[in-house]
Amino acid sequence: MSIRLEKPWLALTSENVNQLQGQLGVYQIANSEKEILSIRYAGGRSLFGLQGELTDLLEKNLDETLYFRVEVNMQYMTRHEELLMIHMADFGELPAYNQEMRKHKLGRLSLS
Amino acid sequence: MDFDMTPEQELIIQNVRRFVREEVIPLEEKMDPDASAPPPEDLERLKNQVRDMGLYGLGIPAEFGGPDVGIVTQTLMAIEMSQHRGGLYSPCFGAFGGAGLAQLFEATDDQKERYLYPVLKGEKHGFFGLTEPSGGADPARAIQTRAVKDGDDWVLNGAKIFISGADKADFGILFARTDPDAGRGGITCFLVDTDMPGFHVRRVVHTLRSTHYATEIQIENLRIPAANVLGEVNKGFGIANDRLSRQRIPYAAGCIGVAIKAQEMAVDYVKIRETFGAPLASRQSIQWMIVDNEIDIRTSRFVTLDAALRSEKGESFRTEAAMAKLLASEAGGRVVDRVMQIHGGYGMTKDLPLERWFREMRIRRIGEGPSEVQRLVMARDIIGGSFH
Repeated sequence: MSIRLEKPWLALTSENVNQLQGQLGVYQIANSEKEILSIRYAGGRSLFGLQGELTDLLEKNLDETLYFRVEVNMQYMTRHEELLMIHMADFGELPAYNQEMRKHKLGRLSLS
Repeated sequence: MDFDMTPEQELIIQNVRRFVREEVIPLEEKMDPDASAPPPEDLERLKNQVRDMGLYGLGIPAEFGGPDVGIVTQTLMAIEMSQHRGGLYSPCFGAFGGAGLAQLFEATDDQKERYLYPVLKGEKHGFFGLTEPSGGADPARAIQTRAVKDGDDWVLNGAKIFISGADKADFGILFARTDPDAGRGGITCFLVDTDMPGFHVRRVVHTLRSTHYATEIQIENLRIPAANVLGEVNKGFGIANDRLSRQRIPYAAGCIGVAIKAQEMAVDYVKIRETFGAPLASRQSIQWMIVDNEIDIRTSRFVTLDAALRSEKGESFRTEAAMAKLLASEAGGRVVDRVMQIHGGYGMTKDLPLERWFREMRIRRIGEGPSEVQRLVMARDIIGGSFH
């Protein structure tokens, strides 16, 4: 089992977001080059889970064309941290919109 | 046995209880229901409050700057400190500090300089690397990680699993087999820097616990100087075993604290929730659940404090610690389960802490030695001999 999130990217459109359920889980946001901009989670305080989180983002009417992919996961907090660690191992830095995580001590993974 | 608290203990417990209710729980109400750490600035504020209370660094001997709090008081505190949503695995978010890897107090002066003192200053963090994929319940025989002498160094190869904090640690206490034919007499304890070539954290191990994940470690030709042997060669199991016995008491105390908090919720709820025109409190089936909870809580507390008292007096406490761990972890699970039943649908939601405690409490019957091993430990002491 790959520990990376490798599902296909979907365009961040209301049509695609409306297909999602209100489940808890993690999601990634990417730009048109499919470079990961942000790794986040829909946790226990998200009103409508993954759908709600991505709807909120959609409603910001960002100029940029964005893509997303999600993973339904009850262990959203540990999975979120794992995805950040994987990104650090792959790229040596956090995604552009996860810079606030610098304040937290993030673990290190040696991916084989 | 005298379990009456001294005036000093009563004062400490009142302070800790106030701290949990006035400082910790309000912070938690703004956090994700599965989170275990507030923003760093809030945690630092909490730590400063604990320092002002003179209680920071629980478990650290007075000669190393600790508050010199005995194990009975620590146990009473642990029961209070766990009485919040994240309290089972992150009591008060770690604001009380702690001894961490107590084995380091027995280290050489050189090792203390390199590891113990930086830990006490909060400059370094360590992990405890015992369990392997071959099994954790019988670590002495299951350890397959090999350490082979090569000149002045030791070369280690193997794997560890369910290791907490290895990905964030600066070093670890790692157990390896140095004599393949000697069973528990062939284990040695090493101090391993996590930036040493050959040390790899390969993956996060996700469990029922949605925070404080474990990790899997791979060790490939990891070269360790002889100066990093902790204790004596082939006597590492004693170091592991000592830790396992002592750890069972605060482990039990955490379960009791959560059970007390859950029971408090149940007692409040049954008085206000009505079904078929009468409060739940009037139903015999509910009353019995509340009473069974109380029996579970009080027996666990009694046995756990007995173990702590024996330890503080310098008496043998292995059986009592095993009994406390077994009793409190199983009783805690029963209490949380009953309280969920009393709360009905709400008990299943993340609105209340019960579903988190239910998941985390299940782990407590396995962590620090499963119930079956605790029974084995007690049977050895009661009947005598070593069973194979």
